[in-house]
Amino acid sequence: MSLTSRLASGRDEPESVAGNGLIHRRAFLRGGGAVAAAFTSYGVARMATAAPLAEDPSSLVVGGTPVPYEEHSRFEARVGRALSNPKGETRNFLARTPHQSSEGTITPNGLHFIVSWGGIPDIDPDRHRLVIHGLVKQPLVFTLDALMRYPRVSRMAFLECGGNSAPLFSPQPVQAGVQAIHGLASCAEWSGVLLSTLLDEAGVDPKAKWVIAEGADAAHLSRSVPLSKALDDAMIALYQNGERLMPANGYPMRLLLPGWEGNMNVKYLRRLKLTEQPAMTYWEAKVYAPVLPDSKAYRFYFVQEVKSFITHPSPGLAMSGKGLYEISGIAYSGNGRIERVMVSADGGKSWAQAALSEPVLPKAFTRFRLPWRWDGGPAVLTSQAWDEAGHAQPTRAEFVARRGELTKSLPAAAIPSQHNNSVCSWAVNSDGEVSHVYA
Amino acid sequence: MSTLRSARLSLALFIATGTAAAVAQGPSLGQAISASDIAAWDLTVMPDGTGLPSGRGTPEQGAAVFAQKCAACHGENGKGGISSALVSDRRRTSIDGAEKTIPNFWPYATTLFDYIRRAMPWQLPRSLSDDEAYALTAFLLAQNKLIGPSEAMDAKSLPKVRMPNEGGFIDRFPELM
Repeated sequence: MSLTSRLASGRDEPESVAGNGLIHRRAFLRGGGAVAAAFTSYGVARMATAAPLAEDPSSLVVGGTPVPYEEHSRFEARVGRALSNPKGETRNFLARTPHQSSEGTITPNGLHFIVSWGGIPDIDPDRHRLVIHGLVKQPLVFTLDALMRYPRVSRMAFLECGGNSAPLFSPQPVQAGVQAIHGLASCAEWSGVLLSTLLDEAGVDPKAKWVIAEGADAAHLSRSVPLSKALDDAMIALYQNGERLMPANGYPMRLLLPGWEGNMNVKYLRRLKLTEQPAMTYWEAKVYAPVLPDSKAYRFYFVQEVKSFITHPSPGLAMSGKGLYEISGIAYSGNGRIERVMVSADGGKSWAQAALSEPVLPKAFTRFRLPWRWDGGPAVLTSQAWDEAGHAQPTRAEFVARRGELTKSLPAAAIPSQHNNSVCSWAVNSDGEVSHVYA
Repeated sequence: MSTLRSARLSLALFIATGTAAAVAQGPSLGQAISASDIAAWDLTVMPDGTGLPSGRGTPEQGAAVFAQKCAACHGENGKGGISSALVSDRRRTSIDGAEKTIPNFWPYATTLFDYIRRAMPWQLPRSLSDDEAYALTAFLLAQNKLIGPSEAMDAKSLPKVRMPNEGGFIDRFPELM
């Protein structure tokens, strides 16, 4: 019996590797085109017989002309970031990435998440300056023109707000989708100058242990970065996915600290001061210091630890009839590469290993995929990731035991604490609707 | 880039990271600048007071500035408004960061001055004089009963203010610091 007919028969087939319809991650590859053709997509009704084909009106006229900078199709107009503060009231604002309408691992620049403390400055790149001072042999000022002549590096790196996934601190599952829950994480290819090159030019005083970074925005946002990170893989990023940084992502330059808390990746970077001690700025001493159940608080929670979540299906992407689907999602770790992602369709009773789409890069989004035959009954979908440093994404029970949870649930937009990387589960009911659950 | 400087940096790298990393050679286009020419941008205030400017302010002076420039968002006497309360005797009872207040969470009084001077008022950052920033810092510390009601704040007195929660923190990744 071929794989295709086995899948079509719905019998207990050898390719089934875990409960409630999970199929071996390489089944699609072995099955070839026939299995792919049998694929059902989310939210699209499948017809038994296709209608006769005819020329579409759009094919009968001369098409439009290209523009210098193209926007997506007008039929994709609903694809966009979710804005927390669209009127720009006197508080910070956030824009969340729509993972439910994205594929692969690269976040388009217009969809990259934003957390802004004082608005998006309108910086003339010719007037912008970067100064390096403090415990250095020679304080130096760099113009953008000067930095453009330095040797450049390019790398993929995710950025994640420390407050991403904060709805998972609520004691009841907040009814929201993958954008509202996990939308403060994005991934791009960044190009720029390694910070070590510039620090070398200024001459690091052996007493220096920290670099205080500051932006040119209204908040003059400032964070303390250990010198060891600054000399490791820190970059003065000038380009994002092949074009200059977006205004809301730090144009004309930002600090990029691969794998580290988003807020530390200071945008509109204008100043780096080398010191012996951290500055204890508002953002590190007050805001990004998550409170623990014993009332102490973590400070300098640099690393965005291993996380995964399923994007397809997810709340809002209804199933369109039983049959074969692909479960797909995103995994990443600030500690390096993703080593493995396991997926469950029965709330964690049994697990199957997902396929990882190449390339699997350190401190970058990794797309995982797994075939799934939905039998039309209830299912609870969960993913759990491991990174190459050996860290496991914590289960909800493990996470709550260590970090606690709120006493009452908050709206999805609230960020009561930070650094929640516990597993996240979606329930599929027999109508094919998807909701957020704790499993 | 001189060989000597390279050797020094390699040593610094070795000390900092435990490994000898390669550093790309740049075209050395940084322009020298003096500390006095950086001063207008050097906003960093450290917990030990390093970076605090000259100037001085009392809680009484701060009350007047607060009423004029801060109360529209933070409420009368800092009790809270469209922006967070700055004067509070609330205790923390859960992990919810919304319960953090100046007296129950902020570990260093210097951070107040640093943040007010660099970022406030929201609509007009960097518009306060150093005296006003000291006065507002003194006002908020006094209202929260962290200093006496008439105690002036300046570069000498501010770093000496001890905050109740200074010891309430755990460095999450000490091995990376």
